[in-house]
Amino acid sequence: MIKNFLKSTPLIMLVFSAVVLTAPIWLDPIGASYPDLLQKFAIFGIFAVGYNLLFGLTGYLSFGHATFLGVGSYTAVWSFKLLSMNIIPAMILAIIVSGIFALIIGFFSLRRSGIYFSILTLAFAQMAYSLAYSVLTPITNGETGLQLAQQDPRILDSLAGVVVKDGLPSPNIFGLAIPRELSFNLFGLDVNIGAGYLGFYVAAIMLIIVFYISLKIFRSAFGLKLLAIKSNQTRMKYTGFNTRPYLLTAFVISGMYAGLAGGLLASIDPLAGAERMQWTASGEVVLMTILGGAGTLIGPLLGATIIKYLENIFSALNPTELHSIFSFMPEGLQNIMVTIVAPFVGEGWHLTLGLLFMIIVIFLPGGVMEGLRHLGNLVKRLFGFNKTESSIESISSVSNTSPEGEAK
Amino acid sequence: MSIILDITGVNKTFGGLHALSDVNLKIEEGETHAIIGPNGAGKSTLLNCCIGRLIPDNGSVTFNGQDMIGMQAHDINHAGMVRIFQTPEIFPDLSLLENVMIPALAKRDGTFKFNPFKSMAKEKAIKEEAMATLADFELDKYHAQIANSISRGDKRRLELAMGIIQHPKLLLLDEPTAGMARHDTNRTIDLLNSERMCQMTKVIIEHDMHVVFSLADRISVLVRGHIITTGTPEEIKNDPKVKEAYLGESEDE
Repeated sequence: MIKNFLKSTPLIMLVFSAVVLTAPIWLDPIGASYPDLLQKFAIFGIFAVGYNLLFGLTGYLSFGHATFLGVGSYTAVWSFKLLSMNIIPAMILAIIVSGIFALIIGFFSLRRSGIYFSILTLAFAQMAYSLAYSVLTPITNGETGLQLAQQDPRILDSLAGVVVKDGLPSPNIFGLAIPRELSFNLFGLDVNIGAGYLGFYVAAIMLIIVFYISLKIFRSAFGLKLLAIKSNQTRMKYTGFNTRPYLLTAFVISGMYAGLAGGLLASIDPLAGAERMQWTASGEVVLMTILGGAGTLIGPLLGATIIKYLENIFSALNPTELHSIFSFMPEGLQNIMVTIVAPFVGEGWHLTLGLLFMIIVIFLPGGVMEGLRHLGNLVKRLFGFNKTESSIESISSVSNTSPEGEAK
Repeated sequence: MSIILDITGVNKTFGGLHALSDVNLKIEEGETHAIIGPNGAGKSTLLNCCIGRLIPDNGSVTFNGQDMIGMQAHDINHAGMVRIFQTPEIFPDLSLLENVMIPALAKRDGTFKFNPFKSMAKEKAIKEEAMATLADFELDKYHAQIANSISRGDKRRLELAMGIIQHPKLLLLDEPTAGMARHDTNRTIDLLNSERMCQMTKVIIEHDMHVVFSLADRISVLVRGHIITTGTPEEIKNDPKVKEAYLGESEDE
């Protein structure tokens, strides 16, 4: 009974929401509580959670998901320019347009599986990137990136009588400008949300919503069928399932997640550039998902957070700071250490990421989540809970909620 | 008895090799029909032509009044023809219960259904049916284990359970006991003769004569792409043509 309760959807969502919404507080001790970084955690979390619905459930490794991130950003900026600075229509449009792109790219890419599928998605992504960078300059503003201008039409805003006098308008959510400070009185408590935190909370609420959808998919018959496709697609066909529409649906949903993430990126900083669609960005979401644990619910989110946090730390370091870090050593040793470490920080932080990724894949193929599970089992053994968790539990909840499962 | 599967004039060549030449076979409803023949006689090719894996060069395959040639695997399944493979085709990463629930879902949901907001925990009827089927195959005590962790014989029985839960009109079994130890073979024979399965129309490809003679109502002998004779086990045993072409020249079983 207790086990069932711990796995119930409302409880998971309650805990998840509480953890996400209080992130500015509990991330403070590790210096990760400033809005810029928190926003990245939430947005790339959405991206990775969506990517996991494709890769984690069906095993289809897409190398082109940054396309949908970029499409989402461009769509959102165009929505700001043409319709309104309100982010709600921008996000809805970002989801719809990236969904259409995913439908087209998925339709063709899913004619193949395995490595050929990956290559096809990569090819589509590179095409999209080149188009955005050069050919479609009137739509994407090429190298410079798509930006807002004061004289943009903003049809809905001008209908509502909003006039922008000086400078550029900022994205808002029903009139609340995203970058601004917010103070209000909630049940007698003075709540003060600092500049930029509103952006985080918008992204965090989106994350909670899409996490809920992802949780439902994982636990549904639809999710189980996707897992079965990953396990044995031939069997699925002979069992009477037309696997193509299942895969395409998963592909489109994950494309929409990426579109939402792109729309949110544009909502917080209203510009969109082609570099957002580059293959490195597609690779990054693969890393996040595998690092955290593909096919697990929370793993991809952890992966996104870890990578964005480490990026933030390592890419900010420079040789001068390294010298101060190693200042406890004698001077000669200090210089040697700095020379060794320097290529791994700043611009070269991807080297660190590469190392970390290698270590994870070699020693913990299941990602950080597998590590946590091992740790959990170790703790259980140390404290004498002798009913060892069966390591063969599948990730879907089906077998966990069976009557015999409770009795154990 | 009505004819459920009608194979007429089927030819299949691979390059210069005539794998099947003018094969005619009629499977009656309710019977267990074994197809025997030496290695390379074309037994698997014939099965593959029935389930859409191969398309015959000419001839027709009619199942339950429906032309099967060119149909997709998933449509053939929904027409009521289910194949059990020689090497077990199961979902190795899923639990046994899930392995059996998925075919039950296929029966209910059709070729495609998008219902992401209905939790599997609420699919009580499907789960009960799956547990009952696992129990029939004496696999229920492992229901929470992943399918890859059970023995090969159990895997083959699991695949059988996955086929049975769909209540197929015709079950095609490709060497259901190949590579099994004797007691495992006997268990499978008992299962196939059990109340739940003996009424089901079955086509069995098999090398093991012990299995064939314990199960089959009728036997067809396939030699070098030709069906040389069809008859009851007694007739086949005493047929001089069969002795010469099959039992006589390769008495390996």
